[in-house]
Amino acid sequence: MTGNTFVEKVLARAAGLDSVRAGDVIDVRPDIIFSHDNTAAIRRIFEATGAARIIRPERVVFTLDHAVPAPTTRHAQNHAEIREWANLQGVANFFEVGRGICHQVISEEALVLPGETIFGSDSHSTHFGWLGAFGMGVGRTEMAALWATGELWIQVPEAVRLTVTGTLRGGVTAKDLALHVIGRWGADGAAYRSLEFAGDTIGTMSLDERAVIPNMMAEFGAMNAYLPPDDAIFAYLEDKRRRNYTPLFPDSDAVYSEAWGIQAEDVHPVVALPHNPDQVVSLPEAAGVPIQQAFLGTCTNGRYSDLEAAARVVAGHHVKIRFIVIPASSQVLQRAIESGVLATLIEAGATIGTPGCGPCMGNHMGIPAPDEATISSGNRNFRGRMGTPDAPVYLANPYVVAASALTGCITDPGEFLSC
Amino acid sequence: MLTAHRAWVYGDHVNTDVIFPGKYTYTLKTPEEIASKALEDLDPAFAAQVQAGDVIVAGRNWGCGSSREQAVTALKYAGISIMIAASFNGLYYRNCINQGVWPVVCSGLAEYVRTGDKIEIDRENGVMLVRNKSFKIPSLPDSVRTILAAGGLVPMLQKRFQGA
Repeated sequence: MTGNTFVEKVLARAAGLDSVRAGDVIDVRPDIIFSHDNTAAIRRIFEATGAARIIRPERVVFTLDHAVPAPTTRHAQNHAEIREWANLQGVANFFEVGRGICHQVISEEALVLPGETIFGSDSHSTHFGWLGAFGMGVGRTEMAALWATGELWIQVPEAVRLTVTGTLRGGVTAKDLALHVIGRWGADGAAYRSLEFAGDTIGTMSLDERAVIPNMMAEFGAMNAYLPPDDAIFAYLEDKRRRNYTPLFPDSDAVYSEAWGIQAEDVHPVVALPHNPDQVVSLPEAAGVPIQQAFLGTCTNGRYSDLEAAARVVAGHHVKIRFIVIPASSQVLQRAIESGVLATLIEAGATIGTPGCGPCMGNHMGIPAPDEATISSGNRNFRGRMGTPDAPVYLANPYVVAASALTGCITDPGEFLSC
Repeated sequence: MLTAHRAWVYGDHVNTDVIFPGKYTYTLKTPEEIASKALEDLDPAFAAQVQAGDVIVAGRNWGCGSSREQAVTALKYAGISIMIAASFNGLYYRNCINQGVWPVVCSGLAEYVRTGDKIEIDRENGVMLVRNKSFKIPSLPDSVRTILAAGGLVPMLQKRFQGA
């Protein structure tokens, strides 16, 4: 009998079974479930089922983040419905406009812990692999079913092991590593599979950086992505957690459908060209492309270290194009104020938005005009993503986004970092 | 039983932003409104010309990107109840099943058919016929077939909560 992958172990635990294998169809009971601005739509599905009460509302989280503050009356009505629903159902884990993006807020509040299972009605729920949890995105109907029954069917996925060894070079970030992976194996490289990282590189990365990797693996087709938690993760959670936890690690003889390897030193700064995150080229190949807007933020790269990276680039310079900075959470914003990072960004000409998703999916707060190009620290550059099909979006790390804001074209940040 | 369907054929890596643009996700509510935006940024002819019973035939990774369920319901409300793709994004595949839309994994079909072609489907025997060539339909786990047979997850829950 061979050993188990992480995903087999975590789903067996969530299903209350001794063991499960890839291919099994099981009912799992997640520890935490969350939704965001789509909560009101889920409420309508929930009500159509005839269910009356959300079971175990203490394990339910609502965040308002996708269009905050409300850009239109219809968005405001949507938010109002969600507030009313949280009150009616006794959902105490309700996070208001401005608290931040669901994935970041739930991480800051330590609402999910290593070895636990979390489902969100958001495709970037793979994010929570950074804590060694099983995070999976679900649809609205699935979330309604989870509210009503507390459980959901899953076909246990096969797993891929991706071993990353060595240390990333200076100026190379987790974003570059993630895009490198997506570019190398394609946008469906991990489709309907659990992507389980191994190797010594992850342990060398800051916590802010680690979260980028499983977050971006949504663009790799992964059902979930897992980083093995270590002492840095356990220490981060120690003061925040409200319950005990037992982390899970894959067995050394677990069976993977594929095992891939990457040497960290082989990763260089990259850019994803329009209109797919797997259209990855090296930074020098993309350099010089004219840009009309730079956007720093999102659940992928809107954390403190991202704002700090941008501040290092723009300090003492002034932007040539509009530079929109949206912190991923109120805590990120506050820390950037206290450290002076925010002042540096504003002095350089950046404008700051309310913590949330910003223009990432085309709602508001930085929609480009047709034919205007945006360079973004976000995760998606699909056609029409930012509101109009004619506006191309380029994805890059925060250093490159900031340097491009200074010059008006895609720019290697090296020259600004050396002085 | 053989049923006949008209195909709408698309390529690889078609994402949910072009199937149903993100800017509409929190504002459009009625099935008619949602259906009217289906594939707006990929194929403007679709919403105007689609008919009940038509099928989607796509390449690899159909439905990648956002979890938004309207990327399935927009097509469902427009009359699509079967989608055939070389492969599906996992979340999209689950959304199909939960909406009672039958996702069929079949490689090679998107290269073989063109938009407007007729596809005959024999659900019981798991075969599709196009211009005398047959393509196999893979079988699904029993629990998944139960959800599809019920018409999706909501009808199943209605049975549970309302005894409907």
